[in-house]
Amino acid sequence: MLDFLKTPILAIQEFYQLAVRAILNVFRRPHYLDDVFLQMDTIGVGSLPIVMLTGFFSGAVMALQLSKALTTYGATGKTGELVAITLVRELGPVLTALLVAGRNSSGMASELGSMKVTEQIDAMRALGTDPVKKLVTPRLIATCVVLPLLTIIADFVGVFGGFIIGSLRLKLSAAQYWNSAWQALDYGDVAEGLAKPFAFAFVVSLVGCYYGLRTTGGTQGVGRSTTQAVVVASVWIFVLTFFIAQIFVTL
Amino acid sequence: MPIDAQPAALRFDRVSLSFDGVPALIDVSFELAQGESCVILGAAGSGKSVMLKLALGLLKPDSGRVSVFGQDITGLEEQALFDIRARMGVLFQEGGLFDSLTIEENVAYPLLNQRIVRHPPEEVRRRVEEALTFVELEHTLEKFPSELSGGMRRRVGIARAVVTEPNLVLYDSPTAGLDPITAYTIIELIVKGRDLRNTTTAMVTHRYQDGVWLSDFRYNPESGRLERASGNGGGAAASTRFMVFEEGRLVFDGTRAEVESSGNPYVAKFVKR
Repeated sequence: MLDFLKTPILAIQEFYQLAVRAILNVFRRPHYLDDVFLQMDTIGVGSLPIVMLTGFFSGAVMALQLSKALTTYGATGKTGELVAITLVRELGPVLTALLVAGRNSSGMASELGSMKVTEQIDAMRALGTDPVKKLVTPRLIATCVVLPLLTIIADFVGVFGGFIIGSLRLKLSAAQYWNSAWQALDYGDVAEGLAKPFAFAFVVSLVGCYYGLRTTGGTQGVGRSTTQAVVVASVWIFVLTFFIAQIFVTL
Repeated sequence: MPIDAQPAALRFDRVSLSFDGVPALIDVSFELAQGESCVILGAAGSGKSVMLKLALGLLKPDSGRVSVFGQDITGLEEQALFDIRARMGVLFQEGGLFDSLTIEENVAYPLLNQRIVRHPPEEVRRRVEEALTFVELEHTLEKFPSELSGGMRRRVGIARAVVTEPNLVLYDSPTAGLDPITAYTIIELIVKGRDLRNTTTAMVTHRYQDGVWLSDFRYNPESGRLERASGNGGGAAASTRFMVFEEGRLVFDGTRAEVESSGNPYVAKFVKR
């Protein structure tokens, strides 16, 4: 009767096993540092332009939308504060993670999936290398390092985008905007803004690798894994952001 | 087998394995003595490749035991398996080359990564060149797998399989999808590797002719070519076995003479005289 639950429960178990092995491997030799740096370059430097672009426009559009409402209440001076809080706490981490999921979870799933269907993963194991150690752990470490950094950059560029709109449309002075933005943020906001990308890094890298490593069924299977990786990673980012926000709101 | 003889290179004891309830291997038992050659025939999906993956410990059986060189590998952890696998060479169906690495890096991979065969870097280059010379591809060191033809990739796969000088070499459909001339080159290399180093060889194939080459021919180092094994009952023929798989079951295990005289219609289908 409960047969329909078998597949999802098995998938959760497999994902959990992969996650534990990948995390434990961080502390075990050998360490594939070259692969870690290569992944940091692919994920971090590679995602930088799109993350900056998205960050800038999300900050700018937020200032634009807020400008109307704030003008009504004569509170345009609060623009910097609202943009900063929204970006640092929520939009910066989530948008950055979604972009990196779209770019890199899919990349990981398709790369590892192609390796799986062409027996390169089997070959790796046959030739003395643990694929989790060689492929998954470097991606996990790299994502954990670069995603918070990308988020910080996206936050800053976003606030700057808000400033451009604030100064051009609302005629706010630089001091007025940046002061209100700076003073709005307390340590809790910054902690929330950094805890989220760190948690999302696990989702982005492990979901991508998990779907890649369980690929079956040739090239068609690679396509399926890629799609699933992006969809599942994106959904988990939204679920996690809710729970992390919940923790910080009640703190 | 005499009691005081060396342990079998590969031993399957009532091994069964299924995927999602579909049996891939059913109650398979056999033993492959050291120095013996074995030709594994069967239709697609009959369990031949699964058998090789079980032998390497890449898959775990649902029941039964797999032993390599007398050591039971059924319950071994991945780390312990690496040391066993270092004594085995394998050529995967499509070569299984790492497409992000050059040919040199591919062939050097087992030398740099297998703990018990790890070599100093200065020796790695020499060994890689030797292995690539063996398959006559010494000029491809800097190329990537995608720049080579299917047959060349298979040859690089052989170089990578034998670079560590393993005692047991497994070949998964080495001639599948190749033209007859390239297929012959591949078989020639397999026989050459077997005879020069007296390795135990297991070859999965769906072409009976490949098995005939392996069983009836030997490599002559003087002429550098394959020659028909001479003598009655001696030579490679005596030490080459044929196994036939049908839907996960081992339905035949015997010599070339036995396989050719088998009354089993499924076995007879593979034997083209």
